[in-house]
Amino acid sequence: MALTNSTAPARKLPGSLDTNRRLERWLTINANGTVTLITGKVEIGQGILTALIQMTAEELDIDVSRIRLRPASTAFSPDEGVTSGSRSIQDSGLALRHAAAEARDLLLARAAQKLGVTLESLTVKDGVISARGGGSVTYWEIATPDLLAREASFDVSTKLPQEHAVVGSSLARVDIPGKITGSPSFVQDMMLPGLLHGRVCRPAGPGAVLRAIDFREVEQMPGVVAVLRDGSFLGVVAEREEQAIRAERRLARITQWTPGPELPANDPRQLLALQAEAETEIINTKGDLSVAGTKQLSAEYTKPYIAHAALAPSCSVAQWEGNTVKIWTHSQGIYPLRGDMAQVLGLPEQDIVITHVEGAGCYGHNAADDVTLDAVLLARAVPGKPVRVQWMREDEFCWEPFSSPMVMRLNASLDDQGNIVNWGHELWSHAHSTRPGSKGGVNLLAAWHLEKALPAAKPGNPPLPGGGSHRNAIPLYDFPNQKVTNHLIRRSPLRTSALRALGGFANAYAIECFMDELAEAAGADPVEYRLRHLKDARAKAVIEKAAQMAQWKTREKGDGERGRGIGFARYKNLAAYIAVIAEVKVEEEVRVTKLWGTVDVGQAINPDGVLNQIEGGMIQSASMALKERVDFDKSAVTTRTWDEYPILRFTEVPEIEVALINRPEAPPVGAGEGTQGPVAAAIGNAIHNALGARLRDMPFTRERIVAALSV
Amino acid sequence: MNLVLNVNGKACEVRADAETPLLYALRNDLGLVGTRYGCGLGQCGSCTVIIDGKAVQSCDVPLSAVVGKQISTVEALGTAATLHPLQRAFIAEQAAQCGYCTSGILMAAKALLDVNTDPTDAEIRAALERNLCRCGTHSRILRAIKRAAKELRGKG
Repeated sequence: MALTNSTAPARKLPGSLDTNRRLERWLTINANGTVTLITGKVEIGQGILTALIQMTAEELDIDVSRIRLRPASTAFSPDEGVTSGSRSIQDSGLALRHAAAEARDLLLARAAQKLGVTLESLTVKDGVISARGGGSVTYWEIATPDLLAREASFDVSTKLPQEHAVVGSSLARVDIPGKITGSPSFVQDMMLPGLLHGRVCRPAGPGAVLRAIDFREVEQMPGVVAVLRDGSFLGVVAEREEQAIRAERRLARITQWTPGPELPANDPRQLLALQAEAETEIINTKGDLSVAGTKQLSAEYTKPYIAHAALAPSCSVAQWEGNTVKIWTHSQGIYPLRGDMAQVLGLPEQDIVITHVEGAGCYGHNAADDVTLDAVLLARAVPGKPVRVQWMREDEFCWEPFSSPMVMRLNASLDDQGNIVNWGHELWSHAHSTRPGSKGGVNLLAAWHLEKALPAAKPGNPPLPGGGSHRNAIPLYDFPNQKVTNHLIRRSPLRTSALRALGGFANAYAIECFMDELAEAAGADPVEYRLRHLKDARAKAVIEKAAQMAQWKTREKGDGERGRGIGFARYKNLAAYIAVIAEVKVEEEVRVTKLWGTVDVGQAINPDGVLNQIEGGMIQSASMALKERVDFDKSAVTTRTWDEYPILRFTEVPEIEVALINRPEAPPVGAGEGTQGPVAAAIGNAIHNALGARLRDMPFTRERIVAALSV
Repeated sequence: MNLVLNVNGKACEVRADAETPLLYALRNDLGLVGTRYGCGLGQCGSCTVIIDGKAVQSCDVPLSAVVGKQISTVEALGTAATLHPLQRAFIAEQAAQCGYCTSGILMAAKALLDVNTDPTDAEIRAALERNLCRCGTHSRILRAIKRAAKELRGKG
């Protein structure tokens, strides 16, 4: 007789199905031959909706064209938190895979009963269930609303990878046809009857307070419907968009602000000066930290404040009806946003209905949530009327939350074979997560400026193993003795939050540059040196494949102008494996001429979708490493336009070659963020290979090249 | 005031101040929302349209400057049923991620291919110098434009 084990953990359902267990929250089988797919994850240009359609169609045995998507809404969608961390395949995809498989089982059971045959005699093709001995019935005939009105059960078997036909194929993205024909595709494109336009006049800098203002002249400008002041929140609503813009400019001219606290110098090493308020945590120790080899090395790397710099400034539409409000937003987290919004408005959550409409690619927590509160506050000044607010380009650059500056200090001991026998990694950073939905405060910009201001929640990090500032700080390499220390400085001069890969960008960059420095000290080839310190077979496979693609030559040398370098990481130490080789040409500036990448995301649901994400991540990371830094003076952000925030252009982007190592038998993981650190490191290493000079501070600008060469 | 614009081959009346940037008239008066705001300073190319054969950033041009000129927007490039070779090529190469830059890039590419159906890689890159893409789909876009050029040459 089996013993009951009272300490057995509760069984979990796959992905977000565990917290949203009702099947009808995910799927509806319709009498008209379609299936409605409902997800709480949102499209941000990563192609997630197409991948979710594939996973659902696969398990239901229906053609992908039968699937209809409902935009995520707090009115009916499963609550899947935030679309972030490259987790949508794991969260929503695995939930839908399981829910669809169970729906198929339920439909088959009903068909067996109706046809008077056994389950084993049934086969399904595109929703038509046929019995071996004759007779058939369709999903659309037998599905009734009660079919999925139940909780998911645990014992449902999904297809084996070798049975997949739709999953693993490169289905064309469902959203691209609309986007290439100029159809309304974004929240920016929403046209509602009687739509008004709003703009917000932001403070002169962080912490600045609005003094007395007489805005009667603005109220009398053409088209102006309302001017709203609440504390230091100042905005305008007008009939036409250009009228709202002109009125906001006039407001900006006539306002006076009491400055906020003085901002420090724009140098990541300012973090070190804040050591007294750092929360220091040793996040990993292993072995004997006193082991000293024959050679000791150390190096310090930095990255500056970086912007998401979405191509579209953030936008939202809101409309009040009595004490309820309808909101359209490109937020990555409609439910967390609703929670914060309810606190600001003093309304029960059910009176706030938030529907997702796509915006431009965001790459993390940008101003999407902030502009939504702006729209809601301005719409409240014109009850019943829909108000569309789009931030101006300078609003987006000055007020979006940035990726935190970081400092990484690495040290290592090598034995007489050059092997790494001791490793240390210390990092300093502000927080990487200040999204709405955080406990103990409201994380929406306008809420801090209101007369009755609501304070922000304490800035923080997602916990390990994924981590925030400490993401990818623990090396994947097999160092026998190691110590990794995270210094978190929560108070930051400028607001910081999640940007693609969070701290993983800078940590993987630092680790991979330092590996090259150590390889050089050991007289070893950088590729061989990495392989000798790795046991993980999948990690080795991506590195070997990248070297093979690029025809890497052992200990290859640059020629004073051209050079190549490698970078590697496993994203969050638990997701995609990525290796990158960069080729650079250094003249007046660093030019990346070619990038080779290899990626292993386990089972690739849509191989071309994975490649698209990887290629895009590689170009964006190259842009950040070469060019990007947010600037500010003593009172405000001075990066206001693309002139002050150059990104890689068509004339500058490298040639790219990416290979996918598909492992259908391995769980699928996201592809969106893993390239960031490896690319920056590969470029840093290629510059060193070309010039013999090491740049440790991003971005790798012309001034820094000159400075490194003159040492 | 009332202004008459020639957009996509049609005379369209717009009631707006003559200093209004063309972008807002296209989007908010004529409902042509495929042309998009990105910076308002002519730096990013999201709002690119073709005016008298040239790719122009519509956020930076007042209505007074375009009266009497031929303006075409992405909506005139082709519809779902009658796609332009550039649009077919963007689908074939899956040359988009978020797609916010796409309309402007399609129009800049059309202005190029209208005068040069056999552009070199460098010529295509130069024609897109004023168009930004933040998602990093540049390689796919370059491939798509070459594919479209090839199709256009095949026809001619």
